[in-house]
Amino acid sequence: MSLIKHHKLIETNVFLLVLGIFVTVIIGGLVEIVPLFSIKSTIENVQGVRPYTPLEVAGRDIYVREGCYNCHSQMVRPFRDEIERYGHYSLAAESKFDHPFQWGSKRTGPDLARVGGKYSNEWHVRHLINPRAVVPESIMPGYPHLAQRPLAYDTIDANMRTLDLVDRFETYSQVDGAIENAVADLEAQATPDADTSALVARYSDFAFGPDRAEDQVTNMALGDLDGNPDVITEMDALVAYLQVLGTMVDFTAVDQTRKAEWIR
Amino acid sequence: MAHGAAPGTRSDGTFYAEGAIRLFVLAAVFWGIVGFLVGDVIAWQLAFPVLNLDLPWTSFGRLRPLHTSAVIFAFGGNVLFATSLYVVQRTCRARLYGGDVLGKILFWGYQIFIVLAAVGYVTGVTQSKEYAEPEWYADLWLTVVWVLYIAAFVGTILKRREPHIYVANWFFLAFMITIALLHLGNNMAVPVALMGGDSWTKSYGLLSGVQDAMTQWWYGHNAVGFFLTAGFLAIMYYFVPKQANRPVYSYRLSIVHFWALIFLYIWAGPHHLHYTALPDWAQTLGMVFSVMLWMPSWGGMINGLMTLSGAWDKLRTDPVLRFLVVSVGFYGMSTFEGPMMSLKAVNSLSHYTDWTIGHVHSGALGWVAFISFGALYFMVPALWKRQSLYSLKLVSLHFWIATLGIVLYITAMWVSGIMQGLMWRAYDELGFLQYSFIESVEAMHPYYIIRATGGVLFILGALIMAYNFYRTIKGDVAEGAPDSVPAGATVGVQR
Repeated sequence: MSLIKHHKLIETNVFLLVLGIFVTVIIGGLVEIVPLFSIKSTIENVQGVRPYTPLEVAGRDIYVREGCYNCHSQMVRPFRDEIERYGHYSLAAESKFDHPFQWGSKRTGPDLARVGGKYSNEWHVRHLINPRAVVPESIMPGYPHLAQRPLAYDTIDANMRTLDLVDRFETYSQVDGAIENAVADLEAQATPDADTSALVARYSDFAFGPDRAEDQVTNMALGDLDGNPDVITEMDALVAYLQVLGTMVDFTAVDQTRKAEWIR
Repeated sequence: MAHGAAPGTRSDGTFYAEGAIRLFVLAAVFWGIVGFLVGDVIAWQLAFPVLNLDLPWTSFGRLRPLHTSAVIFAFGGNVLFATSLYVVQRTCRARLYGGDVLGKILFWGYQIFIVLAAVGYVTGVTQSKEYAEPEWYADLWLTVVWVLYIAAFVGTILKRREPHIYVANWFFLAFMITIALLHLGNNMAVPVALMGGDSWTKSYGLLSGVQDAMTQWWYGHNAVGFFLTAGFLAIMYYFVPKQANRPVYSYRLSIVHFWALIFLYIWAGPHHLHYTALPDWAQTLGMVFSVMLWMPSWGGMINGLMTLSGAWDKLRTDPVLRFLVVSVGFYGMSTFEGPMMSLKAVNSLSHYTDWTIGHVHSGALGWVAFISFGALYFMVPALWKRQSLYSLKLVSLHFWIATLGIVLYITAMWVSGIMQGLMWRAYDELGFLQYSFIESVEAMHPYYIIRATGGVLFILGALIMAYNFYRTIKGDVAEGAPDSVPAGATVGVQR
């Protein structure tokens, strides 16, 4: 092989060697990543997916902080058993606002992609404080401190502004008043009997379009979520996040043909 | 492979800059034990959840990244720094570019990165991207260290007195360049502090959802491919021929498998995302390239094992060579298992289960750690100018106790991982799911205990190694030890 004879050129010149390595390793990533931004069918066109409310953003930050992704996936695969166990298989559209994605890689505990609405707020609180109080065989760590720690949300609008900046859809700029009213929205969502109409309206407008004012976002966990109405805790935020997971898309309205093709 | 003493070498070998290498060796041993220990703690947590202590900084979710980063980047990273700086000087017959000063800057710079990352994990500062958890400030710091690392390495190659660049250095270069690329590509983020946020640690990544997933596993798989494979193949290409006192089996094979390996590896990431919302075309590409990757992987294995041609008898007498050769065997096994698990049909069963954890550890413990131990046992007497290791019997004990630990670990995870996958998809005769999820958790309990016990053995082995190094550096030689030193494995003299 004459090619091997010419290899002498490369292995006697470190610049050629470095260049050769760079060109060789860059190709695969470019081919696999770049088209995901340009091919339109990559993210399904479904209704209802909206960015997280400020309380849900704070809850998601806690989910990330505690490393929940180490044991819980958020990605239901299109298999009969997974669909029966967890619900409709996950769509790319459902995580399009997730910075970073939380699909996970391991199920030491069950998948959480569709945990929203499956259990009551009270169940989540008891379970997070001491998992074995509600599931005796559970091996999950307890997180009692979440219920005691007041949520730090004074600058939650900065988190949302950052998300808006990094997001290629510039999502929060399109939710009318989301950033300006971030702190007020957060307090409204976690306070019993608060006026949540403005909060619900702005995220509904985004999810369904302003011309469909009759459609309202119904998957927002509202009120005192942690059983302690006096203070907004980290527990309130985490429960709000868990309760919205997998509830945004109305699957009765989704084209069922692809689903039929997929299930094995 | 026969590199004579370079001109200007003094009798004590001070021609080469070795101060930093000695530090990297000690750090590798230290972080290795820390990383194994944290791994075993979280293994016991899965068997006995009370060990999470219900404290924020001791929960599995925060300690697992501490374990993975400690073993990959702290243990593996320090081994790679030590071996690459050791190998490049000797195979180029040139003193390290920047000398010991740059070497020590690299050392302390890298240890600071490790501490920044580790403190972040236990306090909940994380990007939540597996093996790329450190936040923006640690990432920026590492970028600076890495640029200096490449400068020192390439600078040394430029000063070489050998016409050719030795094959181990190709692999080291591929590791350094690709890790730089992956690190920058997967860590693009904006700190919230820039937008007026209170937290100076928190950031949000530029990418989201499916694109973020693909980019993360482009990174994640190639952290395995280039950090844990290309870098450690470089170690194989220097230390196996040295310890066996035989030339590399095939020069031609090393060229072919080098370029094929680095070209194909980068495509394999999507096999971590089979049957997810990643488009099918990308999943299929990932699967096909993963299967093709089997060939260059085994090319490396063959080149390593066949180097023993005519020297196989040394395995009986030389436990250091045994570490090196068995590691190549584990490499071959893992790089067969990997492509198999990347087949979509197999992956539909194995994904999300502990089978994956078993696979990773047959590679991490069997391949990465064993070849590291072999290289460390080789380097310690050489770097501290000792005639031999303190005790080869202890090396042999380390070898067997660690091997037993690995066998317990990976068999427990194979059996339980496949069981888990089968339980999740099992139906009863009436057509209902047979098991609730929690029943699969309960069934894992005995296997989690077996796995954690295997981990204890592996740590014991590492502690034996640390003791052996302590006595070697002190200058002790165990009674009768020199008698058991095989002829081809004399250590500490003129390399």
